[in-house]
Amino acid sequence: MSEFDAAGAAVQAALDAGARYADARVMQRRYESMSARNGEVEALTQDESVGLGVRALVGSSWGFHAVPELSDRAARDAGHRAARIATASGLVPGPPVDLVPSPPVTASWSSPCELDPLGVSLASKGDLLVAATRTMADHGADLAEGLYQVWDTTKWFVSSEGHRIDQHIRECGGGISATSIGDGETQRRSWPSYRGQYGTTGWELVDSLDLTAHAARIAEESRALLTAPLCPAGETDLILGGEQLALQIHESVGHAIELDRILGWEAAFAGTSWLDLAQLGSLRYGSELMNITIDPTIPGALGSFGYDDEGSPAVKRDAVRAGRWVGVLAGRDSAAVAGLDYGGSVRADGWARLPMVRMTNVGLEPGPHTLEEIVAATDEGVLMDVNRSWSIDDKRLNFQFGCEIGWEIRNGRRRRMLRNPTYTGIGPLFWRSMDMLSSEIISWGTPNCGKGQPGQVGHTGHPAAPARFRNVRVGVRA
Amino acid sequence: MTAEVARADRPELDIAAQVVELVARLAGASAQAEVVVTRAELALTRFANSAIHQNVAESAVDVRLRVHADGRTAAGGGSTVTADGLRALVERVLAATRFTPPDLAWPGLTPPMPAPTSAEWDAATAYAGPDERAALVRAFVDAAGGLETAGYCRTAFGAAAFANSAGQVAQGRTAEAAMDGIARAGGADGTARLSVDRLADLDGAGLGRRAAAKARAAADPVELAPGRYPVVLEPAAVADLLQNLSWFGFNGKRYAERQSFAEPGVAQLDPAVTLVDDPLGAAGLPFDLEGTPTRMLTLVDAGTTTAVAHDRRSAAEVGAESTGHAWAGSPTFGPIPRNLRLVPSGTAGTASTGAVGSTGAAGGTGTAGAGLPGGGGPAAPLAGAVADPDTAALVSRVQRGLLVSDLWYTRVLDPKSLVITGLTRNGLWLIEDGRVTRAVRDLRFTESYPRALGPGAVLEVGRRAVRQPDREDGVWWEAPSLRLASWNFTGGASG
Repeated sequence: MSEFDAAGAAVQAALDAGARYADARVMQRRYESMSARNGEVEALTQDESVGLGVRALVGSSWGFHAVPELSDRAARDAGHRAARIATASGLVPGPPVDLVPSPPVTASWSSPCELDPLGVSLASKGDLLVAATRTMADHGADLAEGLYQVWDTTKWFVSSEGHRIDQHIRECGGGISATSIGDGETQRRSWPSYRGQYGTTGWELVDSLDLTAHAARIAEESRALLTAPLCPAGETDLILGGEQLALQIHESVGHAIELDRILGWEAAFAGTSWLDLAQLGSLRYGSELMNITIDPTIPGALGSFGYDDEGSPAVKRDAVRAGRWVGVLAGRDSAAVAGLDYGGSVRADGWARLPMVRMTNVGLEPGPHTLEEIVAATDEGVLMDVNRSWSIDDKRLNFQFGCEIGWEIRNGRRRRMLRNPTYTGIGPLFWRSMDMLSSEIISWGTPNCGKGQPGQVGHTGHPAAPARFRNVRVGVRA
Repeated sequence: MTAEVARADRPELDIAAQVVELVARLAGASAQAEVVVTRAELALTRFANSAIHQNVAESAVDVRLRVHADGRTAAGGGSTVTADGLRALVERVLAATRFTPPDLAWPGLTPPMPAPTSAEWDAATAYAGPDERAALVRAFVDAAGGLETAGYCRTAFGAAAFANSAGQVAQGRTAEAAMDGIARAGGADGTARLSVDRLADLDGAGLGRRAAAKARAAADPVELAPGRYPVVLEPAAVADLLQNLSWFGFNGKRYAERQSFAEPGVAQLDPAVTLVDDPLGAAGLPFDLEGTPTRMLTLVDAGTTTAVAHDRRSAAEVGAESTGHAWAGSPTFGPIPRNLRLVPSGTAGTASTGAVGSTGAAGGTGTAGAGLPGGGGPAAPLAGAVADPDTAALVSRVQRGLLVSDLWYTRVLDPKSLVITGLTRNGLWLIEDGRVTRAVRDLRFTESYPRALGPGAVLEVGRRAVRQPDREDGVWWEAPSLRLASWNFTGGASG
């Protein structure tokens, strides 16, 4: 039977067992990763997984069951069990569940891909990582690491409302890191970020990163950082590189605007949000320069798709406009609870996992400046780039980030390299202090966003550019 | 249940042997292959706003194959166990070996050796249905006395088998259950969590009562200036220490790369600290992903580092032997102790069911109350913050400090010194004159974990260990409460 047939059988079985709504996803995913260390390939893995997950709504209670088989019997059994689980959920019932409308469509969608990542020979991919890591080792790195990852996912979605959608999404990316080990501490430099840059695109992305061209520089910088002065402690102006600002957006905006968190559905694990729906449309989130969009339509960005895993089409929306909070990441049921009229941001990380509210591409629109203009306009401050550590509270307010490298800025010029740069703050206060933003936008990909129980790993994109923030506390240390 | 039992009884070892044989047939007898076949039934009932909102179950099968042929190594996995599916997996991995660079550090296969049998596993837990999990959730919610609640109840079953072309075979089964929940009162949360071998050992009502008592005690918190404070860490917070020590300290790959603080033979931690990895202490599998038998491994003995965890590759790199810690992520992240226990003081031993349901306040045996803020006398104890007599005893010996229930979002600033930042969560209280006196708003900390546990820094280890579930089933952290001389709080919730 076809994948659509299997999904359809699961949905029908759930309806037959008493569900008033059901949907099913068949997913086939091929995953490949290779890592190298100090000029040698360390690990090569190629996985292939296929299965079916079905979701059933009985009364106002959900159930989900997943199986690694696509036979008619297995699909029907999964649908039946999903309905049975939903019935059990009714033992501890919640308020009535509605779904905002999502017009049923029959559609196909494929992500753009010039060079199939799985079609590139393993030999050439291995040669790339071996050469880059060997160069880093030759230029002083004690530990020279390289990595690429590829996901090739095909999914077939069927709902009891008539959706019938197939999508083929190819994602890949990679990067290199050099670590120098000193007396009691380590220093790391990465290109273009730790564990790499990723997109919903072909191998042309990895080619564009030109890993070997940056290998010597980052190795030398990691060695130099061991003897660089510590980042000073205190309040100062902070300039963030685009890669770090992407993670700042991810943690302090992207997660905060997830509607399931706002509604308390993640209270025990991922946490809630400081945002109150009563203030949607009026709350001052940041400065006038802060324009954040939710945009799964960006070609090549890691959070892009044609339809989310509830069958809602990819649509660009505002999350923050001129500093004012105006939008959320939502699903069909959470939107109904909140009285909103849109979902569109629900995804599952595989056939065995329940679809849930996830970031798509959440990022900044360009500002009017360049990084060089921002540096030139700064009398005293610190420039930090490339994330090394990240931590934020369960309401997405109090954060502390560490970066791989810092630079002292004085009188409009970049001066000494600084080691162990960190900064800390409170989300809305921080965003309100942003007074300069570059136009040099890159859609950074984050392939390791953890959420949910059982755990799911999401792939998200974050358009970001360098920006300046005023009077930020830096140099926090043990 | 009959169908589920029948599925679980399929012979994973037969599939593993079939794959090994297929590799030999397609690549020749010189090819070295190792195979792990795992079947899993995972179910998790999740609640929020005091209602079940997500309720999932998953039947999964995974075949993992690693081949070393003609000096080159590749690995792969698949979820299809039909003859065609297994052949496709073997052909894919063999093809990959032909295009990879030589693997000069290949450590060889695990030779034949006897593997211990699985610990006893509980079929009632393995095949628990959604009604049983929902009943525990119902009990948790009801016991919270009207407070808003959230959390999960999880059951997991695994059947796994290993075979390699050197002749090593092993198989085992495992089952576990866990519950983790919070109650919420006026913006403050209290937590209770437990990992057990048998679902029947979970007391949903007891956990709900504990979470509710702690939530009520955490209400109306005050701001406290950041700085260094003596602390009592409850088992959930200590679990975070154990997890980070495992990932970054007792990790054989990081040790070989000189990125770990661990130095075997050196007294690096306080003599009160003994750390043991005990995969068979609960219903764990008796072998690792390379077929090496698992066993109890003492990592720190009375403060002296004695070992780090190895898989075959990291062991070969430093001239050691595998300790049975290969897992799916070890090629990238390294071999990691994943069933770590901080050995309790005294002779009480472990108590995997903890002191669930006890909500007694701190005892009144504290030292003199000099130095209290405001110059007043000892404040009245705050009921509910201290969840068990063991923690109460530790609290009673703190003159002024903080009681920490849980740590959150801890991340490493530097792996070698293991400096970590994170926040408190699910309850933080001021201790004055041996009594918990008021709730405090969450604080951010930046602290070196080995330094915080260093010689002279551990004032007291509790007598009752409680097993804390990890986010991943099969992984747990077991610890009693812990009293430390100092913890470096570097920021308040408001900045």
